[in-house]
Amino acid sequence: MEVSRLRLLFLTAVAATALQGCGLFSRGGDAAPEAVPASTPAAEAPQSAPNSAPNSGSAEAVTTGQPDTKPIIDPQVERRQIRRAQIDTEDFEIGAYYGILSIEDFESHAVYGGRLAYHLTEDFFIEATLGQTRAGRTSYETLSGSAELLTDDERDYTYYALSLGWNVLPGEVFIGKNRAYNTAFYVVAGIGSTNFAGDDRFTVSGGFGYRVLPTDWLAVHFDVRDHVYDIDLLGEKKIVNNLEAHLGLSVFF
Amino acid sequence: MRRLLRLLVFIGFAFAAVAQADDLKQKILVADPFIELHTGPGRGYPIFHVVERGREVEIVKRRTDWYEVRTDQDVEGWVSRQQMAATLVPTGEPVDLQEPTRENYMSRRWQGGVMAGDFGGASLISAFGGYSFSDNLSVELTVNHILGEFSNGVSATLGLMHVFAPEWRLSPYFTMGTGIIYTDPKSTLVRSADRTDQVGYVGGGLQFYLTRRFMLRSEYRKNVIFTSRDNNEEVNEWKYLGFAFFF
Repeated sequence: MEVSRLRLLFLTAVAATALQGCGLFSRGGDAAPEAVPASTPAAEAPQSAPNSAPNSGSAEAVTTGQPDTKPIIDPQVERRQIRRAQIDTEDFEIGAYYGILSIEDFESHAVYGGRLAYHLTEDFFIEATLGQTRAGRTSYETLSGSAELLTDDERDYTYYALSLGWNVLPGEVFIGKNRAYNTAFYVVAGIGSTNFAGDDRFTVSGGFGYRVLPTDWLAVHFDVRDHVYDIDLLGEKKIVNNLEAHLGLSVFF
Repeated sequence: MRRLLRLLVFIGFAFAAVAQADDLKQKILVADPFIELHTGPGRGYPIFHVVERGREVEIVKRRTDWYEVRTDQDVEGWVSRQQMAATLVPTGEPVDLQEPTRENYMSRRWQGGVMAGDFGGASLISAFGGYSFSDNLSVELTVNHILGEFSNGVSATLGLMHVFAPEWRLSPYFTMGTGIIYTDPKSTLVRSADRTDQVGYVGGGLQFYLTRRFMLRSEYRKNVIFTSRDNNEEVNEWKYLGFAFFF
């Protein structure tokens, strides 16, 4: 009995709310302003009468269908077109790179990847990189003949890194007498993850790079990175350093 | 992975090509005695040209705090924001440089960022995105990558965040929510099954408005992982430092 009474109370509250047409959620006083009544042709007729016909009886002028609806003063105000500045902001940089990555104990192979950067100020930028390569065989595997440390899938090496970069030495390079290109030598440091030998590994990466801009929106990069992580694949845990050097091309947008 | 990478690069180049095609240029009047044109977007690049007061220049593009302008004689150079702020649009009003400020910070709707920290002894990389309903309240989606010595994990959580004093430069906030966590023991360990569990959290943090559209954040969360075992697992999650931007 108690429950049904409560339910009744609840339903009443719901009904009261719903029947008000969501009045609870609307912002009060949102009613559209009333339109200013437009002047009727009848009201304009006396004004236009002197123009249209000198001897017009007002009723006849309407029926002959020649009321001059033109206002006496036709304001020819030239409206200035106001628009917000459409400034093309080019703080993002996207690109691809290709190079070589040396995986400690597992040979060096070609690496390729993508890079997205955002320039915060003229000095600092943040960047995200995503790269991929493939591990070779260790000397032990080659010498022993058939002992495989890793399966084929586990030799795929992919990594990502989120880094902060600092343009330490911005400058210009000169080719001949008439050409100057903007450049920057920068250092980066960041964190990320490496997927190798079947596991994701927390990776600290850092390095430096050199950027030359042939045009305002195109950049050529040369980068050197070191990827550092712990691995216990060969029994005991050790720190490995995987060095990478690559050439990249990126565009500002 | 490989295909994704290629697609990403292709989209990027296509995007850039579209951006280049845009030729809606803003014209401005020089109101300072003169503005200096640098050869590059940086304070150290040499000044090679000046434009006098009363001349009209076209804004070509902007990069960080520098504007590339083109004069009526087709000379292109970079002008600093401080000098641009003193120029006028042809109507005689100061040029609107669309500078994100504290006011934009107050009226922000979307925000995103990355944070790094510690998840119960494991390293943590975290990315988040949020939408604000009001000045105080927002909903936030967080994706964590947990990289530990014995296991790795990925978690995704959805939660509410309440900023106590959004008008302050440094404000504390409270957050709570729920999500799922996937744990994958390392392959060098004795095989134990990977598992997916529900997780709930409460936490708090600090949000600091840095400049323009950027913020710093630091956060703590107390997680409860609802395992299928007898006991639930409680994990302390510290995000020492995070970088966020809003728009």
